Amino acid sequence: MATFFGEVVSVYSRAVEEDEEDVDNENEEDQQIRREIEQKREVHVNWCPEATQSITNPSDRTVQCSNFVMAVGPNAAGFLSAYVLNSGNWVAVGSVMLWNERSKDSSQQPSCVIYRQSDCPKVLICQCTCYIAEDQLFQWTEKVFACIQQRGLNVTVLSDCSMAEYKSPDSPFSSGAPFLRALKSSQYGSQPACPLLEQPNIVTGLAAAVLSHCQVQRIPAILYQCYSDVLLPDSLTMETYKPALTPLSKLVKLDTCQSTEILRKLVQFNEAQSNLYT
Amino acid sequence: MFIQIENTSPSFKEFTLVMPAVSVGNVGQLATDLIISTLNMSRVGYFHTGCLIPMVGNNPYAPSADNSTELCTTAEVYASPDLKLAVLQIRSPIIQTKRKPFRKLIISWIKSSGFARTVLLSSSHAYQRDDQQIHSTPLRYLLSPAMQRVVGDALKELDWREMEKLKMFPGLSETEERLYIPGGGITKGLYTDCCSEDVPLAVVLTFCSEGDNIPDAFALVSHLNDWLHLVGKPSDAQWKVPDSWRLLFGNGIPLAIF
Repeated sequence: MATFFGEVVSVYSRAVEEDEEDVDNENEEDQQIRREIEQKREVHVNWCPEATQSITNPSDRTVQCSNFVMAVGPNAAGFLSAYVLNSGNWVAVGSVMLWNERSKDSSQQPSCVIYRQSDCPKVLICQCTCYIAEDQLFQWTEKVFACIQQRGLNVTVLSDCSMAEYKSPDSPFSSGAPFLRALKSSQYGSQPACPLLEQPNIVTGLAAAVLSHCQVQRIPAILYQCYSDVLLPDSLTMETYKPALTPLSKLVKLDTCQSTEILRKLVQFNEAQSNLYT
Repeated sequence: MFIQIENTSPSFKEFTLVMPAVSVGNVGQLATDLIISTLNMSRVGYFHTGCLIPMVGNNPYAPSADNSTELCTTAEVYASPDLKLAVLQIRSPIIQTKRKPFRKLIISWIKSSGFARTVLLSSSHAYQRDDQQIHSTPLRYLLSPAMQRVVGDALKELDWREMEKLKMFPGLSETEERLYIPGGGITKGLYTDCCSEDVPLAVVLTFCSEGDNIPDAFALVSHLNDWLHLVGKPSDAQWKVPDSWRLLFGNGIPLAIF
């Protein structure tokens, strides 16, 4: 295509991908390969039977849960590690395994880990820091929520986002990043701890998949999206999530005494890498 | 699959369904937005499927001053029972390996809901038009045989142009022709499926280039209105632009640069 100034550029479309007709005309071998790839990309949820036995419904094998707190991204996960998981007796009770083109082949590490506390077993915390491909998001949500009892369930999602994604009529420099914005499902009755996400901003990725599922299945859910202007995980962004957990303060204790130390450890690695002269 | 909203039990019997194809310039989706926002249609359900990339946001049709808290998802169904009209809006791309299942899902939903006819709003790359296509209006239509029986010659009387078939081997064979809709996403596939499954489908599409496609959306939706008379008389159609169309070209400028 020639532009206004005459140079020829290859056309890129926001909406459609090229070679869209090829998929229809594939032979059996292609289909076989496609099936194998699909199988490899399947999402697996594993629960630790000993840890969940006491809270599993005998009838439908679902795990009882009153609050499911999810952290998507390194800042959200770091916040939970520093303020919540380091105190109280949190034990890993489940994990989600998946493979996609960005996974490291050698490591068999779970992509998401689910924790619960021994003295308050109905709160589950899920930390998710790895990349989940677009075609795996729906499956992830369906499979994880299939294991959790829906009655009386409340979902809180904490999610990282880059400031570059935030649309506002004002300049992005005047908004004072990092800051929180909320989105809630129709069933969520309480007041969010921060302003709601303005139009025309949207949320994508795992947080969107979970919130869509909750909206459609009528589960009360709230998403706190933290917009940050720092590329790597940093302590200031992690602290921004604090108000998001205040509604859960009776169930989840925010431990602030050791958190500074842990936060320092979490971000130390990045600091060392980002400075050319150390 | 279609999941209705609590307290509504929509019946789509004898309704017309309008839906976009996710295609070049997102023209079909923009035109669909215009219909929903202008007719002030109410949401009756979700189209919840793993074939689409998940996204959520706040109600895109609420005025920006209104602190609306209605969550919107990837694909939603809106209805206007007075007009016997249902609209499916799709807000994100279809996952490439899941185009076929998605088409199947749409067709089985159309069949089970009892829609009288379906209109697919679509677009195609303007730069791939051939000589005869360049010399005329950019708007085209296609009717499946089942739709042809319903509509008859109504569209020809409106002076609409049918999408031309291209020669498969130009210069060699004049007889073999094929339908070619580059950049049209699932348009061709859905049309072919509807032909073989005897589903009444009309494709209304425009040739366009990627860029500011709002004028294309207005042209497409006004063209559709000439046929379906969704808003008033064709001449005085006033389309309402949804508030969520703001900031399509980026944020405000930092004042410090002046």
